[in-house]
Amino acid sequence: MKISSPGTALGSKRSAGQLSLGTYLGLSAALLGMVVLFSLLSSHFLSYATFSTLANQIPDLMVLAVGMTFVLIIGGIDLSVGSVLALAGSVVSVAMLGWGWSVLPAALLGMGCAALVGSLTGSITVAWRIPSFIVSLGVLEIARGAAYQLTDSRTAYIGDALAWLSEPFAMGVSPSFLIALAVVVLAQLVLGRTVFGRYLIGIGTNEEAVRLAGVDPRPYRILVFSLMGLLAGLAALFQISRLEAADPNAGSGLELQVIAAVVIGGTSLMGGRGSVVSTFFGVLIISVLAAGLAQIGASEPTKRIITGAVIVIAVILDTYRSRRTGRRN
Amino acid sequence: MSVDVLLTISGVGKTYAQQVLDGIDLTLRHGEVLALTGENGAGKSTLSKIIAGLESASAGSMEFRGQPYQPASRAAAERLGVRMVMQELNLLPTLSVAENLFLHHLPGRFGWIDRQRLREQAREAMVRMGLDAIDPDTLVADLGIGHQQMVEIARNLIGDCHLLILDEPTAMLTEREVELLFAQVELLRQRGVAIVYISHRLEELKRVAQRIAVLRDGRLVCVDPIQRYSSEELVRLMVGRELGEHLDAQERRIGEPLLRVSGLGRSDKVIDVSFEVCAGEIFGLCGLVGAGRTELLRLIYGADTADQGTVELGQPLRVCRIDSPMAAVRQGLALISEDRKGEGLLLSESISANLVLGNLEAVSRAGVLDRAAEQALAERRIDALRIRSAGPGQSVGELSGGNQQKVVIGRWLERDCTVLLFDEPTRGIDVGAKLDIYALLAELASQGKALLVVSSDLRELMLICDRIGVISAGRLVDTFERGGWSQGELLDAAFSGYQKREALLSDAAFGSLQ
Repeated sequence: MKISSPGTALGSKRSAGQLSLGTYLGLSAALLGMVVLFSLLSSHFLSYATFSTLANQIPDLMVLAVGMTFVLIIGGIDLSVGSVLALAGSVVSVAMLGWGWSVLPAALLGMGCAALVGSLTGSITVAWRIPSFIVSLGVLEIARGAAYQLTDSRTAYIGDALAWLSEPFAMGVSPSFLIALAVVVLAQLVLGRTVFGRYLIGIGTNEEAVRLAGVDPRPYRILVFSLMGLLAGLAALFQISRLEAADPNAGSGLELQVIAAVVIGGTSLMGGRGSVVSTFFGVLIISVLAAGLAQIGASEPTKRIITGAVIVIAVILDTYRSRRTGRRN
Repeated sequence: MSVDVLLTISGVGKTYAQQVLDGIDLTLRHGEVLALTGENGAGKSTLSKIIAGLESASAGSMEFRGQPYQPASRAAAERLGVRMVMQELNLLPTLSVAENLFLHHLPGRFGWIDRQRLREQAREAMVRMGLDAIDPDTLVADLGIGHQQMVEIARNLIGDCHLLILDEPTAMLTEREVELLFAQVELLRQRGVAIVYISHRLEELKRVAQRIAVLRDGRLVCVDPIQRYSSEELVRLMVGRELGEHLDAQERRIGEPLLRVSGLGRSDKVIDVSFEVCAGEIFGLCGLVGAGRTELLRLIYGADTADQGTVELGQPLRVCRIDSPMAAVRQGLALISEDRKGEGLLLSESISANLVLGNLEAVSRAGVLDRAAEQALAERRIDALRIRSAGPGQSVGELSGGNQQKVVIGRWLERDCTVLLFDEPTRGIDVGAKLDIYALLAELASQGKALLVVSSDLRELMLICDRIGVISAGRLVDTFERGGWSQGELLDAAFSGYQKREALLSDAAFGSLQ
């Protein structure tokens, strides 16, 4: 190989693992385009009601997607999030209705259980070096079964103890929406500014290099799955608060929506590359799409076909972009 | 233009991030063996890949048998009879030798494989390569690496072959197999096949080739009959300058031992290896590819776990249990892996992220990164190591091999390590950067660190080392002091383990008289 002259070596300047400004611009443009399109198609779309509905439904998906972003960045995947969400809800309902706990300890117990299940997924993945795809597939079934077991397969009505979480207090914005936003901001800071975040990107890019540099990647891997669990627990609280009930069927199939949102944002399924902010956009895009399609009266089958197509197109676009700017040599 | 010209290459160039080939003009004739040589990274592989259709040229044109030649893929080149045997084996280890040989045209009918015919055809192809001792139904995974290489070559000789490129075909072969290969090359040549023979081993080239082409930094520096040059002249052509005997003029003080390895072993890869490396000393390890050099370094570093033996570190030496790279780093060990891209770097990440990897404590407080400190540290290293880059934010994937290697080494310089293990520190990097790395190694040694350097390049080891140990078939077979070695002796030692082992293996595997 020839010595590169400084002139030819002008590279892109960006911080570790982050996506470029172009990605954010592209995502914003896609989002804006969708809003304009739906506004033209339906006179009701650009309204306070739509915004309020969106703002209230987004938080669950948002916090789950943040957790999934971390999981994908280390090159893992977690299919169990929907079931873990249901399990956390069931635990809350049992604690409150069965044992007469008050809402706060019950909520903490629910989140704790979800985090524990996440840690379990992570630990098994690490200890036996099994792909997290398989482990979380098993945990998906286990957690769902446990949720049914705890609730006798019945929806448990909890009442309005948590309702304040999803009650809009100003301009249609609820506390849960603000919490979700805070999670996004915090997670982006963790990813970009902390040692923990840096090692996540390192592990996703080249785990062996991290290991040979003298850093044990295993605790980081486990921690990421625990975080994922914790956030699934938080999402469960959001749902309970909205429905005033814990449903053991809750969140079934949600994992695919979550992964789709993260991938639309441009986080790589191969690990090493991703950003929480772009996941935020991914969630908005998927939610606006769903709301818009509902507004223009698209049937359920049509909605699914279009949503699926959008996911595939987003990934194709992403492949082009990463091929152009991505890993040379 | 004469009638027997097979392939004409005119002005071929290739540019990736940097230009790696520039204005190559070359003709190949029927029935000749052309030696293609040059240093690592001189462009030999790129040129041969362009001919074999694995890469497309960014400039220039080619003509094959009088027709414009621009293969779109390897398959397209093979249809025209242009074959290439790569350094990396392209065999499927879970299939039999026969199936591997005829994978692209398995004999049969309606998708059913005609096993009988397959076996016969395979046997025929194998006899030609002197592989008649191997049952065609043997799984490739059960063969030794040398035999696998021979199967790979045999596979490429099946069907129409007008032009054959052999890329370092003898790297993993024993002497007996090398003889068989040479005989086969000669047969092919007499049949009118043109052969491009890529190798570093000048003695080999002189035996097998008629003409030699030397590449240096992507340009052809000569194409001539091979008898015209002595080995020394060829080396000078490859390197472009005279190599000195001893690199660092300053004398180093060799101190107390900092690393002692005793009876270290792991399965049959590393067998009962013992040696010491002292403060201020560069101890070289040479041996053939697959001899166990890399495995030995990984054992010392805890990247793999040893079955037996001990590693002693520190002053005074004491036995350390090193069961992971984390433990190794705590004991002051550092490993610069041979696989820079696969095991050393985060390619898509910035220079600064790579420099501080594993040492984030130095640039963070309470788990929060101090980006200014990171930037400053990176800039300091970039200056000190003369890393050519656009700045700390550039991703290392965009750097040249030499600068990438400097980043990997630079990572350890901020840390408190006393024993550094280097695995092929100059593989795939250009001459200028090599000299920088040699100087860096010498400086580390004069700071009183102990260096263990594995290299396939004997001249390099002879240049920089105080002592050289030779690994052959997993054992440390000999150790030479500076002044007491010669290239010939080192090579003999490197082969010694195999002659015995090969004899043993062939006895066991192919049922001899015992």
